[in-house]
Amino acid sequence: MSTLSVEHLLGIKHLTKEDIYLIFETADHFKQVINRPIKKVPSLRDITIANLFFENSTRTKLSFEIAQKRLSADVINFSAGQSSLKKGETLIDTVNNILSMKVDMVVMRHPKPGAAEFLMRHVDAKIINAGDGAHEHPTQALLDTYSIREKLGRVEDKKVVIVGDILHSRVALSNIFALQLLGAKVKVCGPKSLIPKYIEELGVEVETNLKKALQWCDVANMLRVQNERMEVSYFPSTREYTQQYGVTKTLLDELNQPIVIMHPGPINRGVEITSDVADSDQAIILDQVENGVAVRMAVTYLLASKIKS
Amino acid sequence: MSQKVLLKEKEVNIILHRLACQLIEKHNDFSKTILVGLQPRGKHLANRLLKLLETDYNISNTQLGYLDITFYRDDFRRTNKVLEANTTQMDFIVEAKNVVLIDDVLYTGRSIRAALTAIQSYGRPKSIELLILIDRRFSRHLPIQPDYRGRQVDAIDDEKVIVNWKETQGEDTVYLIKQ
Repeated sequence: MSTLSVEHLLGIKHLTKEDIYLIFETADHFKQVINRPIKKVPSLRDITIANLFFENSTRTKLSFEIAQKRLSADVINFSAGQSSLKKGETLIDTVNNILSMKVDMVVMRHPKPGAAEFLMRHVDAKIINAGDGAHEHPTQALLDTYSIREKLGRVEDKKVVIVGDILHSRVALSNIFALQLLGAKVKVCGPKSLIPKYIEELGVEVETNLKKALQWCDVANMLRVQNERMEVSYFPSTREYTQQYGVTKTLLDELNQPIVIMHPGPINRGVEITSDVADSDQAIILDQVENGVAVRMAVTYLLASKIKS
Repeated sequence: MSQKVLLKEKEVNIILHRLACQLIEKHNDFSKTILVGLQPRGKHLANRLLKLLETDYNISNTQLGYLDITFYRDDFRRTNKVLEANTTQMDFIVEAKNVVLIDDVLYTGRSIRAALTAIQSYGRPKSIELLILIDRRFSRHLPIQPDYRGRQVDAIDDEKVIVNWKETQGEDTVYLIKQ
C-alpha cells in the first residue's frame, strides 16, 4: 500500500490499476467504519470541503456529503440554482470566491465536459470530479467495480455489459475505463442511435440484441435514458425502447445462468428495468449506494492525505 | 548503528506470566473483561496473553479484539509516512465492560490517545486499562501511563525499541537499537 499516483480525481483515465486497488482496500476499512455503532472517524477534522453542483444530483451529492461528514470534514454545499452564476459570474470567479473562505478540496459536478480539469488548472485546491457532462464520473465507476468485486470476488476476467444510453453517459465511459483497467471484458448494448460512433476503438464490443448480451455476461449495468440531454428523438418511443432494451424477470429467467444486475440510479421503473428485477436478489442496486459512501470516503481520505498542512 | 538485547526469550516468558497473573488478580474470571490488542504490533502480545490465560491458568472464553487506530491518529497530513490501515476485528460492543488495551511499546502515548477515542466507537466501557510490554520512560507527550508494564526502559529519542515475536520473526526478543 502506498499513495495515489494522482493529485486530483478528474477521471478514471488518469488512474493506474494500483490506484484503484488502493482505493478498494481503503474503502474496505471505511465500509467497516460505517457499519459500526458510531460511524465516524476524526481523520479530516481540519479539512474543509466544498461541494459545487452546477447540475442536479441527489444521490451523488448526498453520498459525497455523508462520506465527508463521516470523516469529520467541514462541508459547505453550493447548488447552481441558488447562486450568483445566474447573475453572470464565471466558474473561476465563483470557485475562487469559495476558496477565499479557505477551502481545501472541491467536489464538482458540471454540465460541461472537461470542467473539472479546467478548474484544476486555475485554482489551488484538490479537485474531485463528480461528473462533467457526458465525459467522466470516476467515483461512480469506482463504486460499480468495487461492488462487482464484492459480489463476485474479483473484477478480472468478468464479463460486463453496459446497457442503454451510452451516448450521453459519463457513467458508461468511466465504467469502461475502470473495467478494462482491472481486466474485465466489456460490451455495450443499446439502440444504434444511442451508441457513440467510434466506441469500438476503446476495445469495447457492440451488441444490439439485449438477450444475446445478457446471455454472454456475468454482470449487466443498466443505464437510464437521459431524456434531459437529448435535443432530438433517438428512438421512436419509450414503449418501443422498453420492449427492446428493458430487462424483465421473464427475460432473466430464460438465461442459462443468474447474472448480477446493477444500476447507477435514478431508476426509471418500467423503462430500462422492471420493478420485480430491481427489487430481486439479483440486483445489487442498494449495495452500490452503500459502497458509494465507503468508496467516496476512501477517495477523499487518500487525496486529503496529500494536502500539505 | 548498535543494538543491545533488552529481553531474551526466557525473560519475555517470565514477564508474560507475571502480566497474566496481574490481570487475573484484577479481573478474576474475565467474564466482564475484553482484551484489545492494538494493530499492528499489540496483536501478537494480546494473542500470547490470551493463550497463556487459557493453557496455564485455565481461563477460557475471554473475549479478544484487534483495534486499528489509523483513522484516529493525530499526525494525519503531518508526516510524510503513509498511514497504513490494518483490519479492525471487534465482534462485540464494549458497553459496560472492562477493557484492557494491549500494545508492545509505550512511547509518546499518542497511539493510546487515539485508541481511547477509537474504542468509543464500540460503546461506553466501564473502565479502560493499559497493558504494555516495554514502557519507554521520559518520552511521553501526553499524560498517559500503563496499568501493567512488562519492563521499563530509559531510551533516548534516537534509540528504537524493537519487539520480535516467535510467530512473525521466529524469536521472542526485545532489542534496543541505536541509530
